Amino acid sequence: MITHHLSDKLLMAYSAGSLPEAFNLAVATHIALCDECRARLASFDAIGGAMLEQTQPTSVVLQDGALAATLARIKAAPAIAKPVHEPRGEGILPEPLASYVGGDIDQIEWRGVGGGVRQAILQTSKIATARMLYIPAGVAVPDHGHNGMEMTLVLQGVFADETARFGRGDIEIADEDLDHQPVAEPGEDCICLAVTDAPLKFRAFLPRLAQPFLRI
Amino acid sequence: MFDMSRPPSAPRQVVRTEDTFLARGNKSRRDGRQQQVQAQNGAEWVALVKRVSDAQDTAAFTALFEHFAPRVKAFLMKSGASHAQAEEVAQDVMVTVWKKAAQFDPSRASVATWIFTIARNRRIDMLRRDRRPEPEELFWGPEEEPDQLQVIALQQESDQLSAAIATLPEKQRIMIEQAYFSDRSHSEIAEETGLPLGTIKSRIRLALERLRHSLS
Repeated sequence: MITHHLSDKLLMAYSAGSLPEAFNLAVATHIALCDECRARLASFDAIGGAMLEQTQPTSVVLQDGALAATLARIKAAPAIAKPVHEPRGEGILPEPLASYVGGDIDQIEWRGVGGGVRQAILQTSKIATARMLYIPAGVAVPDHGHNGMEMTLVLQGVFADETARFGRGDIEIADEDLDHQPVAEPGEDCICLAVTDAPLKFRAFLPRLAQPFLRI
Repeated sequence: MFDMSRPPSAPRQVVRTEDTFLARGNKSRRDGRQQQVQAQNGAEWVALVKRVSDAQDTAAFTALFEHFAPRVKAFLMKSGASHAQAEEVAQDVMVTVWKKAAQFDPSRASVATWIFTIARNRRIDMLRRDRRPEPEELFWGPEEEPDQLQVIALQQESDQLSAAIATLPEKQRIMIEQAYFSDRSHSEIAEETGLPLGTIKSRIRLALERLRHSLS
Protein backbone atom coordinates (compact mmCIF):
# COMPACT_ATOMS: atom_id res chain seq x y z
CA MET A 1 0.00 0.00 0.00
CA ILE A 2 1.28 3.45 -0.92
CA THR A 3 1.70 5.71 2.11
CA HIS A 4 3.94 8.50 0.76
CA HIS A 5 2.18 10.70 -1.77
CA LEU A 6 2.70 13.80 -3.92
CA SER A 7 2.27 17.21 -2.29
CA ASP A 8 -0.52 19.60 -3.34
CA LYS A 9 2.13 21.97 -4.63
CA LEU A 10 3.61 19.36 -6.99
CA LEU A 11 0.21 18.16 -8.20
CA MET A 12 -0.89 21.72 -8.92
CA ALA A 13 2.32 22.51 -10.80
CA TYR A 14 1.97 19.28 -12.82
CA SER A 15 -1.64 20.17 -13.62
CA ALA A 16 -0.61 23.70 -14.63
CA GLY A 17 2.21 22.28 -16.75
CA SER A 18 4.97 24.31 -15.12
CA LEU A 19 7.38 21.60 -13.90
CA PRO A 20 10.69 20.57 -15.51
CA GLU A 21 10.46 17.38 -17.58
CA ALA A 22 12.28 15.18 -15.04
CA PHE A 23 9.78 16.15 -12.32
CA ASN A 24 6.87 15.59 -14.70
CA LEU A 25 8.22 12.08 -15.25
CA ALA A 26 8.34 11.29 -11.52
CA VAL A 27 4.88 12.77 -10.90
CA ALA A 28 3.30 10.91 -13.84
CA THR A 29 4.94 7.61 -12.87
CA HIS A 30 3.74 7.91 -9.27
CA ILE A 31 0.21 8.66 -10.51
CA ALA A 32 0.34 5.57 -12.74
CA LEU A 33 0.77 3.54 -9.53
CA CYS A 34 -1.38 5.61 -7.14
CA ASP A 35 -5.15 5.96 -7.60
CA GLU A 36 -5.39 8.43 -4.74
CA CYS A 37 -3.04 10.92 -6.38
CA ARG A 38 -4.74 10.29 -9.75
CA ALA A 39 -8.01 11.42 -8.18
CA ARG A 40 -6.33 14.42 -6.55
CA LEU A 41 -4.81 15.37 -9.90
CA ALA A 42 -8.32 15.30 -11.41
CA SER A 43 -9.32 17.85 -8.75
CA PHE A 44 -6.43 20.13 -9.69
CA ASP A 45 -7.29 19.80 -13.38
CA ALA A 46 -10.86 20.72 -12.40
CA ILE A 47 -9.56 23.92 -10.79
CA GLY A 48 -7.78 24.69 -14.09
CA GLY A 49 -11.05 24.06 -15.93
CA ALA A 50 -12.97 26.30 -13.54
CA MET A 51 -10.35 29.03 -13.99
CA LEU A 52 -10.74 28.75 -17.77
CA GLU A 53 -14.51 29.02 -17.33
CA GLN A 54 -14.07 32.12 -15.13
CA THR A 55 -11.72 33.85 -17.54
CA GLN A 56 -13.29 37.07 -18.69
CA PRO A 57 -12.66 37.07 -22.43
CA THR A 58 -14.12 40.55 -22.89
CA SER A 59 -10.76 42.13 -23.65
CA VAL A 60 -9.78 39.38 -26.06
CA VAL A 61 -11.49 39.30 -29.42
CA LEU A 62 -11.15 36.52 -31.95
CA GLN A 63 -10.25 37.44 -35.50
CA ASP A 64 -13.12 37.94 -37.90
CA GLY A 65 -14.01 34.66 -39.49
CA ALA A 66 -12.28 32.62 -36.77
CA LEU A 67 -15.16 30.15 -36.60
CA ALA A 68 -15.26 29.68 -40.37
CA ALA A 69 -11.47 29.25 -40.44
CA THR A 70 -11.67 26.64 -37.68
CA LEU A 71 -14.49 24.75 -39.43
CA ALA A 72 -12.39 24.72 -42.61
CA ARG A 73 -9.44 23.32 -40.68
CA ILE A 74 -11.67 20.65 -39.16
CA LYS A 75 -12.74 19.58 -42.66
CA ALA A 76 -9.14 19.40 -43.81
CA ALA A 77 -7.70 17.69 -40.74
CA PRO A 78 -7.55 13.91 -40.57
CA ALA A 79 -9.58 12.05 -37.96
CA ILE A 80 -7.83 11.31 -34.68
CA ALA A 81 -7.87 7.62 -33.94
CA LYS A 82 -9.09 6.53 -30.55
CA PRO A 83 -6.06 5.46 -28.53
CA VAL A 84 -5.92 1.80 -27.68
CA HIS A 85 -5.47 1.22 -23.97
CA GLU A 86 -3.63 -1.99 -23.35
CA PRO A 87 -4.14 -3.53 -19.95
CA ARG A 88 -1.09 -3.09 -17.77
CA GLY A 89 1.63 -5.63 -18.39
CA GLU A 90 3.48 -7.62 -15.78
CA GLY A 91 6.54 -5.35 -15.88
CA ILE A 92 8.01 -3.43 -12.94
CA LEU A 93 7.99 -0.09 -14.77
CA PRO A 94 4.67 1.60 -15.64
CA GLU A 95 4.26 4.24 -18.35
CA PRO A 96 5.57 6.84 -18.89
CA LEU A 97 8.74 5.56 -17.20
CA ALA A 98 8.96 2.41 -19.37
CA SER A 99 9.18 4.58 -22.51
CA TYR A 100 11.99 6.68 -21.04
CA VAL A 101 13.91 3.54 -20.12
CA GLY A 102 13.09 1.86 -23.44
CA GLY A 103 11.44 -1.18 -21.86
CA ASP A 104 11.39 -2.78 -18.45
CA ILE A 105 14.22 -2.98 -15.88
CA ASP A 106 16.08 -5.60 -17.91
CA GLN A 107 16.65 -2.90 -20.57
CA ILE A 108 18.42 -0.48 -18.23
CA GLU A 109 22.11 0.07 -18.91
CA TRP A 110 23.44 0.37 -15.40
CA ARG A 111 26.75 1.99 -14.48
CA GLY A 112 28.39 1.36 -11.14
CA VAL A 113 28.82 4.36 -8.87
CA GLY A 114 30.62 2.51 -6.05
CA GLY A 115 29.58 0.32 -3.15
CA GLY A 116 27.45 -1.87 -5.40
CA VAL A 117 25.12 1.06 -6.14
CA ARG A 118 24.34 1.52 -9.85
CA GLN A 119 22.64 4.25 -11.82
CA ALA A 120 21.35 5.12 -15.28
CA ILE A 121 20.69 8.71 -16.36
CA LEU A 122 17.47 9.18 -18.35
CA GLN A 123 17.18 11.62 -21.24
CA THR A 124 15.25 14.73 -20.15
CA SER A 125 15.64 18.49 -20.48
CA LYS A 126 18.65 19.83 -18.60
CA ILE A 127 16.83 21.90 -15.96
CA ALA A 128 16.51 18.80 -13.77
CA THR A 129 18.02 15.32 -13.84
CA ALA A 130 16.21 11.97 -13.76
CA ARG A 131 18.05 8.75 -13.09
CA MET A 132 17.32 5.17 -12.19
CA LEU A 133 19.07 3.96 -9.04
CA TYR A 134 19.84 0.35 -8.18
CA ILE A 135 20.66 -0.21 -4.52
CA PRO A 136 21.51 -3.82 -3.57
CA ALA A 137 19.57 -5.16 -0.60
CA GLY A 138 21.16 -4.06 2.66
CA VAL A 139 23.35 -1.40 1.02
CA ALA A 140 23.35 2.32 1.88
CA VAL A 141 23.35 5.13 -0.68
CA PRO A 142 26.15 7.61 0.18
CA ASP A 143 25.09 10.12 2.83
CA HIS A 144 23.95 13.31 1.13
CA GLY A 145 22.12 16.58 1.61
CA HIS A 146 20.42 18.60 -1.12
CA ASN A 147 20.91 21.93 -2.83
CA GLY A 148 17.46 21.83 -4.34
CA MET A 149 14.61 19.36 -4.42
CA GLU A 150 14.95 15.60 -4.76
CA MET A 151 12.12 13.18 -5.45
CA THR A 152 12.67 9.46 -5.07
CA LEU A 153 10.03 7.01 -6.31
CA VAL A 154 10.43 3.36 -5.32
CA LEU A 155 9.66 0.79 -8.05
CA GLN A 156 11.02 -2.37 -6.44
CA GLY A 157 12.16 -3.30 -2.94
CA VAL A 158 12.12 -1.03 0.09
CA PHE A 159 14.42 1.72 1.33
CA ALA A 160 14.40 3.43 4.67
CA ASP A 161 16.09 6.59 5.87
CA GLU A 162 16.01 8.68 9.04
CA THR A 163 12.47 9.83 8.29
CA ALA A 164 10.50 6.79 7.15
CA ARG A 165 10.19 3.58 5.14
CA PHE A 166 9.43 3.60 1.41
CA GLY A 167 8.08 0.70 -0.69
CA ARG A 168 6.83 0.32 -4.27
CA GLY A 169 4.91 3.41 -5.39
CA ASP A 170 5.98 5.52 -2.39
CA ILE A 171 7.58 8.84 -3.23
CA GLU A 172 9.95 10.73 -0.97
CA ILE A 173 10.16 14.48 -1.47
CA ALA A 174 13.31 15.95 0.04
CA ASP A 175 14.50 19.56 0.06
CA GLU A 176 17.45 21.54 1.41
CA ASP A 177 16.50 20.74 4.99
CA LEU A 178 16.79 16.99 4.69
CA ASP A 179 20.16 15.40 5.16
CA HIS A 180 19.59 11.68 4.80
CA GLN A 181 21.16 8.30 4.25
CA PRO A 182 18.77 5.89 2.53
CA VAL A 183 19.44 2.18 3.09
CA ALA A 184 17.88 -0.61 1.03
CA GLU A 185 16.23 -3.13 3.31
CA PRO A 186 17.52 -6.71 3.26
CA GLY A 187 15.64 -9.11 1.03
CA GLU A 188 15.05 -7.53 -2.38
CA ASP A 189 17.36 -5.15 -4.26
CA CYS A 190 15.85 -1.69 -4.41
CA ILE A 191 15.17 0.12 -7.72
CA CYS A 192 14.14 3.78 -7.69
CA LEU A 193 13.57 6.72 -9.98
CA ALA A 194 15.41 9.70 -8.47
CA VAL A 195 14.91 13.23 -9.75
CA THR A 196 16.92 16.28 -8.68
CA ASP A 197 16.86 19.92 -9.70
CA ALA A 198 20.34 20.59 -8.28
CA PRO A 199 23.39 18.41 -7.76
CA LEU A 200 23.38 16.45 -4.51
CA LYS A 201 25.82 17.47 -1.80
CA PHE A 202 27.76 14.43 -0.68
CA ARG A 203 29.27 14.37 2.79
CA ALA A 204 32.23 12.11 2.26
CA PHE A 205 35.25 13.37 0.35
CA LEU A 206 35.38 10.73 -2.36
CA PRO A 207 31.79 10.80 -3.57
CA ARG A 208 32.00 14.60 -3.81
CA LEU A 209 35.06 14.33 -6.01
CA ALA A 210 33.31 11.84 -8.23
CA GLN A 211 30.15 13.93 -8.53
CA PRO A 212 30.93 15.83 -11.75
CA PHE A 213 31.58 12.56 -13.55
CA LEU A 214 28.57 10.74 -12.23
CA ARG A 215 26.11 13.63 -12.73
CA ILE A 216 24.40 13.10 -9.41
CA MET B 1 -9.87 17.53 -1.53
CA PHE B 2 -13.13 17.47 -3.36
CA ASP B 3 -13.47 13.86 -4.24
CA MET B 4 -14.94 13.64 -7.72
CA SER B 5 -16.09 10.07 -7.24
CA ARG B 6 -18.24 10.86 -4.25
CA PRO B 7 -21.96 11.20 -4.86
CA PRO B 8 -23.28 14.71 -4.22
CA SER B 9 -24.23 15.20 -0.59
CA ALA B 10 -25.95 18.56 -0.45
CA PRO B 11 -28.92 19.80 -2.44
CA ARG B 12 -27.60 21.05 -5.72
CA GLN B 13 -28.01 24.46 -7.14
CA VAL B 14 -27.84 25.08 -10.78
CA VAL B 15 -24.95 27.45 -11.20
CA ARG B 16 -25.99 30.57 -12.98
CA THR B 17 -23.12 32.89 -13.30
CA GLU B 18 -23.70 35.74 -15.65
CA ASP B 19 -21.15 34.32 -17.99
CA THR B 20 -22.68 30.91 -18.48
CA PHE B 21 -25.92 32.72 -19.20
CA LEU B 22 -24.29 34.54 -22.02
CA ALA B 23 -24.63 31.22 -23.77
CA ARG B 24 -24.32 32.75 -27.12
CA GLY B 25 -24.93 30.04 -29.59
CA ASN B 26 -26.10 31.81 -32.68
CA LYS B 27 -28.04 34.45 -30.85
CA SER B 28 -26.65 37.21 -33.00
CA ARG B 29 -27.68 35.57 -36.22
CA ARG B 30 -30.77 37.05 -37.71
CA ASP B 31 -31.12 34.86 -40.76
CA GLY B 32 -32.54 32.04 -38.64
CA ARG B 33 -30.90 29.39 -40.78
CA GLN B 34 -29.49 27.60 -37.79
CA GLN B 35 -31.25 26.71 -34.64
CA GLN B 36 -29.98 28.63 -31.65
CA VAL B 37 -27.99 26.47 -29.29
CA GLN B 38 -27.34 27.35 -25.69
CA ALA B 39 -25.72 25.80 -22.67
CA GLN B 40 -26.01 26.97 -19.09
CA ASN B 41 -24.31 24.33 -17.02
CA GLY B 42 -21.90 21.42 -17.15
CA ALA B 43 -24.48 18.83 -18.18
CA GLU B 44 -25.57 20.97 -21.12
CA TRP B 45 -22.02 21.48 -22.34
CA VAL B 46 -21.60 17.69 -22.18
CA ALA B 47 -24.69 17.29 -24.36
CA LEU B 48 -23.21 19.68 -26.94
CA VAL B 49 -19.94 17.72 -27.14
CA LYS B 50 -21.99 14.54 -27.61
CA ARG B 51 -23.85 16.16 -30.50
CA VAL B 52 -20.56 17.07 -32.14
CA SER B 53 -19.34 13.52 -31.63
CA ASP B 54 -22.51 11.69 -32.67
CA ALA B 55 -23.83 13.93 -35.44
CA GLN B 56 -21.02 16.31 -36.44
CA ASP B 57 -23.47 19.01 -35.34
CA THR B 58 -22.12 22.40 -36.45
CA ALA B 59 -24.63 24.41 -34.38
CA ALA B 60 -23.53 22.60 -31.21
CA PHE B 61 -19.88 23.18 -32.13
CA THR B 62 -20.57 26.86 -32.78
CA ALA B 63 -21.93 27.27 -29.25
CA LEU B 64 -18.85 25.53 -27.84
CA PHE B 65 -16.58 27.64 -30.01
CA GLU B 66 -18.14 30.98 -29.12
CA HIS B 67 -17.94 30.20 -25.43
CA PHE B 68 -14.55 28.52 -25.15
CA ALA B 69 -12.38 29.83 -28.00
CA PRO B 70 -12.13 33.40 -26.60
CA ARG B 71 -11.38 31.97 -23.14
CA VAL B 72 -8.64 29.73 -24.51
CA LYS B 73 -7.19 32.69 -26.39
CA ALA B 74 -7.25 34.83 -23.24
CA PHE B 75 -5.60 31.97 -21.30
CA LEU B 76 -2.82 31.71 -23.86
CA MET B 77 -2.22 35.44 -23.91
CA LYS B 78 -1.93 35.48 -20.13
CA SER B 79 0.74 32.79 -20.59
CA GLY B 80 2.78 35.14 -22.71
CA ALA B 81 1.59 34.28 -26.22
CA SER B 82 1.23 37.03 -28.80
CA HIS B 83 -2.18 37.90 -30.23
CA ALA B 84 -1.50 36.02 -33.47
CA GLN B 85 0.05 33.01 -31.74
CA ALA B 86 -2.85 32.78 -29.26
CA GLU B 87 -5.41 33.03 -32.07
CA GLU B 88 -3.69 30.27 -34.02
CA VAL B 89 -3.43 27.94 -31.03
CA ALA B 90 -6.99 28.68 -29.82
CA GLN B 91 -8.31 27.62 -33.24
CA ASP B 92 -6.09 24.58 -33.08
CA VAL B 93 -7.46 23.64 -29.65
CA MET B 94 -11.01 23.89 -31.01
CA VAL B 95 -10.09 21.66 -33.97
CA THR B 96 -8.90 19.10 -31.41
CA VAL B 97 -12.16 19.48 -29.47
CA TRP B 98 -14.08 18.46 -32.60
CA LYS B 99 -11.70 15.66 -33.57
CA LYS B 100 -11.49 14.20 -30.06
CA ALA B 101 -15.14 14.75 -29.11
CA ALA B 102 -15.73 10.97 -29.11
CA GLN B 103 -12.93 10.49 -26.58
CA PHE B 104 -14.33 12.97 -24.06
CA ASP B 105 -15.42 11.10 -20.91
CA PRO B 106 -17.98 13.16 -18.94
CA SER B 107 -17.68 10.85 -15.92
CA ARG B 108 -14.11 12.05 -15.45
CA ALA B 109 -14.07 15.74 -16.36
CA SER B 110 -16.25 18.71 -17.20
CA VAL B 111 -16.05 20.11 -20.73
CA ALA B 112 -14.19 23.15 -19.36
CA THR B 113 -11.64 20.89 -17.62
CA TRP B 114 -11.20 18.78 -20.74
CA ILE B 115 -10.61 21.88 -22.88
CA PHE B 116 -8.25 23.28 -20.22
CA THR B 117 -6.09 20.13 -20.45
CA ILE B 118 -6.01 20.31 -24.27
CA ALA B 119 -5.06 24.01 -24.13
CA ARG B 120 -2.42 23.38 -21.44
CA ASN B 121 -0.76 20.69 -23.56
CA ARG B 122 -0.81 22.89 -26.65
CA ARG B 123 0.67 25.75 -24.63
CA ILE B 124 3.57 23.52 -23.56
CA ASP B 125 4.20 22.62 -27.24
CA MET B 126 3.87 26.24 -28.32
CA LEU B 127 6.30 27.62 -25.76
CA ARG B 128 8.62 24.65 -26.40
CA ARG B 129 8.63 23.99 -22.70
CA ASP B 130 9.64 20.80 -20.98
CA ARG B 131 7.84 17.70 -22.14
CA ARG B 132 5.01 16.65 -19.88
CA PRO B 133 4.62 12.85 -19.96
CA GLU B 134 1.20 11.53 -18.87
CA PRO B 135 0.53 8.60 -16.55
CA GLU B 136 -0.68 5.47 -18.32
CA GLU B 137 -4.45 5.25 -18.57
CA LEU B 138 -6.41 3.01 -16.30
CA PHE B 139 -7.90 0.14 -18.23
CA TRP B 140 -11.66 0.59 -18.22
CA GLY B 141 -12.62 -2.50 -20.14
CA PRO B 142 -13.92 -2.71 -23.71
CA GLU B 143 -16.41 -0.07 -24.89
CA GLU B 144 -17.53 0.79 -21.41
CA GLU B 145 -20.18 3.51 -21.38
CA PRO B 146 -19.76 6.10 -18.61
CA ASP B 147 -22.10 5.63 -15.65
CA GLN B 148 -24.81 8.31 -15.97
CA LEU B 149 -25.10 8.91 -12.22
CA GLN B 150 -21.36 9.49 -12.07
CA VAL B 151 -21.59 11.86 -15.01
CA ILE B 152 -24.32 13.91 -13.32
CA ALA B 153 -22.45 14.00 -9.98
CA LEU B 154 -19.18 15.05 -11.57
CA GLN B 155 -20.74 17.75 -13.74
CA GLN B 156 -22.58 19.20 -10.72
CA GLU B 157 -19.40 19.14 -8.63
CA SER B 158 -17.63 21.03 -11.41
CA ASP B 159 -20.40 23.65 -11.57
CA GLN B 160 -20.07 24.10 -7.81
CA LEU B 161 -16.32 24.43 -8.04
CA SER B 162 -16.69 27.11 -10.69
CA ALA B 163 -19.21 28.96 -8.53
CA ALA B 164 -16.91 28.65 -5.50
CA ILE B 165 -14.00 30.13 -7.43
CA ALA B 166 -16.20 33.00 -8.58
CA THR B 167 -16.87 33.93 -4.94
CA LEU B 168 -13.22 33.89 -3.84
CA PRO B 169 -11.73 37.22 -2.80
CA GLU B 170 -9.97 38.88 -5.74
CA LYS B 171 -6.50 38.41 -4.23
CA GLN B 172 -6.89 34.66 -3.86
CA ARG B 173 -8.40 34.25 -7.30
CA ILE B 174 -5.46 36.07 -8.83
CA MET B 175 -3.01 33.81 -7.00
CA ILE B 176 -4.66 30.69 -8.41
CA GLU B 177 -4.83 32.27 -11.83
CA GLN B 178 -1.11 32.99 -11.77
CA ALA B 179 -0.29 29.45 -10.67
CA TYR B 180 -2.30 28.00 -13.58
CA PHE B 181 -2.14 30.52 -16.36
CA SER B 182 1.06 32.42 -16.24
CA ASP B 183 4.14 30.76 -17.59
CA ARG B 184 6.07 31.64 -14.50
CA SER B 185 7.29 29.85 -11.43
CA HIS B 186 6.41 30.88 -7.90
CA SER B 187 9.79 32.54 -7.48
CA GLU B 188 9.29 34.67 -10.61
CA ILE B 189 5.91 35.80 -9.30
CA ALA B 190 7.64 36.77 -6.06
CA GLU B 191 10.19 38.87 -7.95
CA GLU B 192 7.52 40.76 -9.80
CA THR B 193 5.19 41.46 -6.89
CA GLY B 194 7.93 41.88 -4.30
CA LEU B 195 6.15 39.36 -2.10
CA PRO B 196 8.24 36.82 -0.21
CA LEU B 197 7.90 33.26 -1.50
CA GLY B 198 6.39 31.96 1.73
CA THR B 199 3.52 34.44 1.47
CA ILE B 200 2.75 33.37 -2.08
CA LYS B 201 2.75 29.68 -1.23
CA SER B 202 0.55 30.20 1.80
CA ARG B 203 -1.87 32.32 -0.22
CA ILE B 204 -2.29 29.56 -2.77
CA ARG B 205 -2.76 27.08 0.05
CA LEU B 206 -5.31 29.36 1.66
CA ALA B 207 -7.19 29.67 -1.62
CA LEU B 208 -7.29 25.90 -1.96
CA GLU B 209 -8.48 25.50 1.60
CA ARG B 210 -11.25 28.00 0.98
CA LEU B 211 -12.20 26.05 -2.11
CA ARG B 212 -12.30 22.80 -0.18
CA HIS B 213 -14.30 24.41 2.59
CA SER B 214 -16.87 25.88 0.25
CA LEU B 215 -17.34 22.49 -1.38
CA SER B 216 -17.72 20.44 1.80
